[in-house]
Amino acid sequence: MRLIMNRLFIIASTFAAMVGLFFLGWILFTLCAKGITGLSLKVFTNDLINGGLRNVMVGQLIISGMATVIGIPVGVLAGIYLQEYGGESKTTEFIRDLSDVMMSAPSIVVGTFVYAIVVIPTGHTSGWAGVLALFILMVPIIVRTTDDMLKLVPIELREAGMAIGASKYHVTMNIVIRYAKAGILTGILLAFARVVGETAPLLYTSGSTEFWSTDLTSTFPSLTVSIYNLATMPDEEMVQLGWTGAFLLTMMVLIINLIGRYASNKKRS
Amino acid sequence: MERLFKKLTQMSAGLLFVILAATTIVLYLSAKPAIEQFGVNFLFESRWGVEEQQAVPARALDVENLEARSSDESFIEEDEDFIDDDEDFVTDDDFESDEGSSNIVYGALVPIVGTIFSTLIAMLFSIPIAMGIAVFLAEIAHGSIAKPIGIAIELLASIPSIIYGMWGLFYFGPFIANIFGGNTVSLLVAGLVLGVMVIPFMAALSRDAISTVPEMLKESAYAMGATKLEVIKDVVFPYAKSGIIGSVILSFGRAMGETMAVAFVIGGVYQFVGSVTDPTNSIPVVLANSFAESSGLSLSVLFYLALILFMMSFLVIAVAKHYFLRRKK
Repeated sequence: MRLIMNRLFIIASTFAAMVGLFFLGWILFTLCAKGITGLSLKVFTNDLINGGLRNVMVGQLIISGMATVIGIPVGVLAGIYLQEYGGESKTTEFIRDLSDVMMSAPSIVVGTFVYAIVVIPTGHTSGWAGVLALFILMVPIIVRTTDDMLKLVPIELREAGMAIGASKYHVTMNIVIRYAKAGILTGILLAFARVVGETAPLLYTSGSTEFWSTDLTSTFPSLTVSIYNLATMPDEEMVQLGWTGAFLLTMMVLIINLIGRYASNKKRS
Repeated sequence: MERLFKKLTQMSAGLLFVILAATTIVLYLSAKPAIEQFGVNFLFESRWGVEEQQAVPARALDVENLEARSSDESFIEEDEDFIDDDEDFVTDDDFESDEGSSNIVYGALVPIVGTIFSTLIAMLFSIPIAMGIAVFLAEIAHGSIAKPIGIAIELLASIPSIIYGMWGLFYFGPFIANIFGGNTVSLLVAGLVLGVMVIPFMAALSRDAISTVPEMLKESAYAMGATKLEVIKDVVFPYAKSGIIGSVILSFGRAMGETMAVAFVIGGVYQFVGSVTDPTNSIPVVLANSFAESSGLSLSVLFYLALILFMMSFLVIAVAKHYFLRRKK
């Protein structure tokens, strides 16, 4: 009886795994099948208004890139504070908790917040509003990774630095950060991959436009928002373009993830 | 330099607090007109204001469905004990005319119920499958299979949610409608798409929790003659319990606040579900669909909704952190 139950359990568990993988495989399959058929040079050279995706792809990268550029110093510095200066105090724990809460706050709520503080006062959607929304989403992730990575730095390294008379600043920047650099970079890469696919916070902060634009103070083209708009259109061709965009977006996210994974593996071995 | 650097790091850390506090305060201030007007009743009110005609199809549908809705309500009692307390409220008010446009009523009950039920469906669907995957990867599968599948699962967890939404709209919705009947956009489809979305996330976290179980414990159980099932049931699960429950709660929070995967497939209709195959609405979707066209009181109402959602997710995370996810010192 026990052996039969055991057998049944193993079969059930394997079956569950198969079902889960089946769904996920199904998604990837349709994504590739629909995405690749629409892939052509036109997609990369034309703007959305002419049936391409050039402006929205560049726009999405600019928004996420700017958010990353601003997010790195803030996130890394906050992480350094938690690990190097904060010690074991209540404040440190409190800020750690806050950062975890922020990390799992619904992204649409971040969108409404930015809408209230940027879009309503300025009266229109803008690239900067999108940057701010993604920045808010991104910072807690970077804080978390920096915090975790610095925790791995052996205390002896810090002590050795201190012993030869280096200031805390020098020890942190030249020894601790250097030691943990690869890990932090991987974390930043993964954080970038996470925000580059965000749609909800951009819906009414950056909006999206069909034209080429590099002016962050006005409504800015966004790939994810465009996918949402395209996919809900009745026109077959538009939906197809939406699928192509979705395919390209997924590939981008997966490739960034793979690079991050590869980098962290190489470091370990 | 030393001082400056320390100040900088302090400021960055402080910024986290400022952002979070500012979010709460700004949402509250923006929602204030609505909070003053509707108070707590907002949570139990099922009508959503029919105001000046807008190009949102959801609104138009809502008017059409007014009749249908009153008949739907008889179903609610059987289906959902959960909102029984609010039942009087709903039926009392519902027969008043919505035409009196001078007094527009907004209520959050439909989106709140929609959010909770779509999340519950997602959990019912994803927990067994994700646990199956986690156990399969950590205990059953041979290393050479488990590793690539594990990596694939982690990669899948990073796919943007909008992709799941599109897939749900074009493939999964019709598929479910074929099996269970009903619409291609519905509460059921929304819940299942959410479920599929959180499976990789939950599976990866649970697998990590399971693999923290020391080999020694498992080996001693095997040495006593225990079968795999007994080892997993009596040794692995008790040991990894808090981590696994934590992963479920985090997935719950993630599913609850998810916008894009649901926006495509829930229908966006302010209507209670008679059966699970009817379209309804959820908080994030209301926010996503009607934010751009709103102003004045209707905008304030949306901020109220956002505040409610924020509080709900805050609660979930607080519970998860407090009870299950204590960081190891």
